[in-house]
Amino acid sequence: MITVGEVDNERNGFDPTAMLTDWDTGILSTLPDGRRLRTFEVTAEDKEIEIAPGVMFPAWTFNGRVPGPALRAMEGERLRIVFRNYGSHPHSMHFHGIHAARMDGIPGAGLIGPGEEFVYEFDAKPFGCHLYHCHALPLARHIHKGMYGLFVVDPDPALHPDLADAARSRLLGSPENAEWQEMAMVMNAFDTNFDGENEFYACNTIAHCYAKKPIRIVRNRPVRIYLVNITEFDPINSFHLHANFFDYYDQGTTLTPTLKTVDLIMQCQAQRGILEFSFGDSQDHEAGLYMFHAHQSEFTELGWMGMFDVVEAVS
Amino acid sequence: MNEPLTPGELNARAVDAPVAGRFVLLWILMPLAVLAAAIWWLIAANPLAAFDNGAPPVENLTVERTILDQSGLRLLVRAGGSEQMVIAQVQVDAAYWEFSQEPAGPIERGDTAWVNLPFPWIVGEAHRVTFVTSTGATFEHPIPVAVPTPVVTSGNLMSQAVIGAFVGILPVAVGLMFFPALRGAGPATMNFLLAMTIGLLGFLLVDALVESLELAAQSAAIFQGPVMVALAAAASFLLLMGVSRREGRPAGLALATYIALGIGLHNFGEGLAIGAAFAAGAAGLGTFLVMGFTLHNITEGIGIAAPILKVRPPLWTFAGLALLAGGPAVIGMWIGSLAYAPQWSALALAVGAGAILQVVIEVGLYLIRSSGRGSSALFSPPVLAGLAVGVGFMYATAMLVKI
Repeated sequence: MITVGEVDNERNGFDPTAMLTDWDTGILSTLPDGRRLRTFEVTAEDKEIEIAPGVMFPAWTFNGRVPGPALRAMEGERLRIVFRNYGSHPHSMHFHGIHAARMDGIPGAGLIGPGEEFVYEFDAKPFGCHLYHCHALPLARHIHKGMYGLFVVDPDPALHPDLADAARSRLLGSPENAEWQEMAMVMNAFDTNFDGENEFYACNTIAHCYAKKPIRIVRNRPVRIYLVNITEFDPINSFHLHANFFDYYDQGTTLTPTLKTVDLIMQCQAQRGILEFSFGDSQDHEAGLYMFHAHQSEFTELGWMGMFDVVEAVS
Repeated sequence: MNEPLTPGELNARAVDAPVAGRFVLLWILMPLAVLAAAIWWLIAANPLAAFDNGAPPVENLTVERTILDQSGLRLLVRAGGSEQMVIAQVQVDAAYWEFSQEPAGPIERGDTAWVNLPFPWIVGEAHRVTFVTSTGATFEHPIPVAVPTPVVTSGNLMSQAVIGAFVGILPVAVGLMFFPALRGAGPATMNFLLAMTIGLLGFLLVDALVESLELAAQSAAIFQGPVMVALAAAASFLLLMGVSRREGRPAGLALATYIALGIGLHNFGEGLAIGAAFAAGAAGLGTFLVMGFTLHNITEGIGIAAPILKVRPPLWTFAGLALLAGGPAVIGMWIGSLAYAPQWSALALAVGAGAILQVVIEVGLYLIRSSGRGSSALFSPPVLAGLAVGVGFMYATAMLVKI
């Protein structure tokens, strides 16, 4: 059924509804050679967070939130991530992307102790829907304590002349992109009694948050979800949309769908992809509440279930 | 030492008396004041802060009662952590479920609260309730077989009374009915019967203690189950010894009454456990099981009859003895099925064990005395045979009822 009560988002310092669209685009500057440099600042902090009404979890966080900031850049930019460890354990940021061995965020390459600082530097490539996570050991504990986040690289339309329209629609800040209703979703779970099994499952940390506060969608505008699964202890997770079908771009590294017209996709840990769908257009759905959830009934009933509140555009 | 006191000394003592009284008061207040000061210092200076290693408080939760009815599940939980604790969420069969708690809010250490879940449970199937506390700790409570919890109706109480009478009162009465046949018993038969009584009581003693400890293990830690069992058994033993010895060693009807009382207390504890098992759906009540219990308890009647073979008690005393030994089974089943917690069954069985130990000793002494041969009587063939038959019969018939 459902968890009882409300989570205090203010005390947590993050709100799952705001987190859907709260992209961290860093600070943009220009390098001497004219290239664009994007600088992000990320700190690791210990923080007790409320993951379900009344249930506290001693998390390890990036920037005080779980999931960590949803970093977003454009293909080909130089990225500089200034990482400071204010936590009580050694941590790192391991990016799923293309970079040098020295920038890999594993022991001996960007893994830093408490109080230390490291700057990861690499080019934003390939475009797609990626993630980063702490790669300190023991890995399972560092991940499930909350050290992960989305890392989205938008395609540069100039580099994809054949599919420039699709690339432009993916590029944050473009007029084509503004039409889309984009969301960042991280499927995660928490093992509150540390027995190697999760007590709570969620999309963006808070069990049942979007069931209690449905996500508002304007009916005739397309929806794009950047989805990553970082659930620890369970081999797979999934996303099922009710009463509708979507196109899926596995890992987001293509501009044409890798799966067309599906209502369910599976992801193993660290697998991710982009979902595109609409309640308007040819579907012409009526307004109302449309459910989405993991199609593992257990996950659904332990917190990973939400609602889209599809409404008519207010003219 | 014994020199007479002079008048002066007497006077001095008379003057001292109230002063001494005041001193006694002072000597009582002084240690209490030291204790109060120590507690005040512990709170004010908080020397325990050095031990605060950041560990979360220890939490413990015990479910004492489970009620299944039309409205869903109702569970009585007792908190037993190092601090008060909060039930944040409740799962049934690995799904979070709506619940309400009475009284709401944190549960103090040792306190109880009712947790109500509007859960559509399924008759005859198993369910598992998991409590998640504010620290994320979990406490599981299995419901092995879901059946509606009996409610207090005259029909229910009556049918339980019938079964209780069948397993408690009837066999004792049947055993007592051997009385006329046994009256002509010679000394050897007499010793055999008394030894058989000791044997069956010995079986009940072990059975009661083991069962009591098992139930104690299910109860909340705050009750310190094993210690409670040992203390309750010792207390009831000493109390009954003290009472029975006020008028010399018990013999005849008095001894029979104590045997009936010990068996009755044991049957009360058994009744509580049986009633609770039926209420929880953990046991099905088959005809075979009831017959087994009846057979199992028949020797109890013979045991009670043994010390009164040489006296001629009025007829009503037999009815009284049968009720004293068997009646508590009915009361136990009523209470067990309606209001139950494992610690109360453990307590009742422990008290029964103490009472049984008392009669084992008294019957043993009676046997030694009546045989007129001292303690060597204990090792005569009829006595050893009686012990073996008593224990053996109880063990063999217990096989019928153990599942």
